[in-house]
Amino acid sequence: MSRKPISLKREIPLLVWLVVVWAALWQDFSPGNLLFGALIAVVVARIFYLPPVELSGRFNLLRAFAFAFVFLGKVAAASFQVMYLAIFKGPRVTNAVVAVPLRSQSDLLMTATGHVISLIPGSLVVEVDRSTSTLYIHGLNIRNSADSDRLRKEVQDTEASLIRIMGSAEEVEALRNDQRQLRETRQLRDETGEAL
Amino acid sequence: MTADASGFDAFIDALTAVFLVAGALMSLAAAIGLLRFPDLMSRMHAATKPQVLGLFLVLAAIGLQLRTWWVWPVLLVAWIFQLLTVPVSAHMVGRAGYRTKHLQKELLSTDELADVVRRAAAEEQAEQDARDAAGSKRP
Repeated sequence: MSRKPISLKREIPLLVWLVVVWAALWQDFSPGNLLFGALIAVVVARIFYLPPVELSGRFNLLRAFAFAFVFLGKVAAASFQVMYLAIFKGPRVTNAVVAVPLRSQSDLLMTATGHVISLIPGSLVVEVDRSTSTLYIHGLNIRNSADSDRLRKEVQDTEASLIRIMGSAEEVEALRNDQRQLRETRQLRDETGEAL
Repeated sequence: MTADASGFDAFIDALTAVFLVAGALMSLAAAIGLLRFPDLMSRMHAATKPQVLGLFLVLAAIGLQLRTWWVWPVLLVAWIFQLLTVPVSAHMVGRAGYRTKHLQKELLSTDELADVVRRAAAEEQAEQDARDAAGSKRP
């Protein structure tokens, strides 16, 4: 087995997480227990070696906090929607498998987007194409192309907010350019529409 | 819970009651969905998702009632593990279901994966044919 040595700095998020889980399970946050947990975390991370997750080195805590609330709200709203569909539509529900191209090439962001979108009831990742970073999503109650457009937009918006939380600086820059372009084309369309 | 609960305690108790009932309601929604949705994929939505919210509500109710701070980290860890594992299981079942054609095509309004699968299958077939042709030429 060939193993790349990982710098301690890149391992820190994993170690902190392991210590938190340890202390939470023991329900004991005393310094002694934390220290022992840290020791075990280091040993576990050394013995059960996993390829390091490539973090971008950026994390916006404020946006993450806001995103958590938006996420909970979406989960709640969608849960009630699925409940409504289950009770009133039942066997007559129409679904679709929609391809959603993502902006980011990073594995972490693709995984995170897939996770978040799967956790919101009504959408489920069926297949992932890593080479083109495309998610194939099964959506509940997608009756026509307008609905699938809405689902696609929802996924891409989720990815955009995840990029703003933990994407690399280049990805954030690309996202900003994308959105500026979108705004300009929309403006242009509005202006020509008025001229006509 | 005490009989002479007043003010703050009464509020916490009421909140707990609301959370517990709403959480149970989510589980009920999952059960109804499991029964009523037509195919594997739409059932997966019902089987995996509403309980994310349901579990959150029930765990929050437990945390509110126990009133000790050290129980919150455990509840949080339990919920986070739920968040991490639910999409993976849903994805694996959904993927296997799609590949083994356990879905009703007539219930899909569009299927943008079908073309990709067909193209990939055609490519594989072409490769196979080329290999066979090359193999038959050789003595």
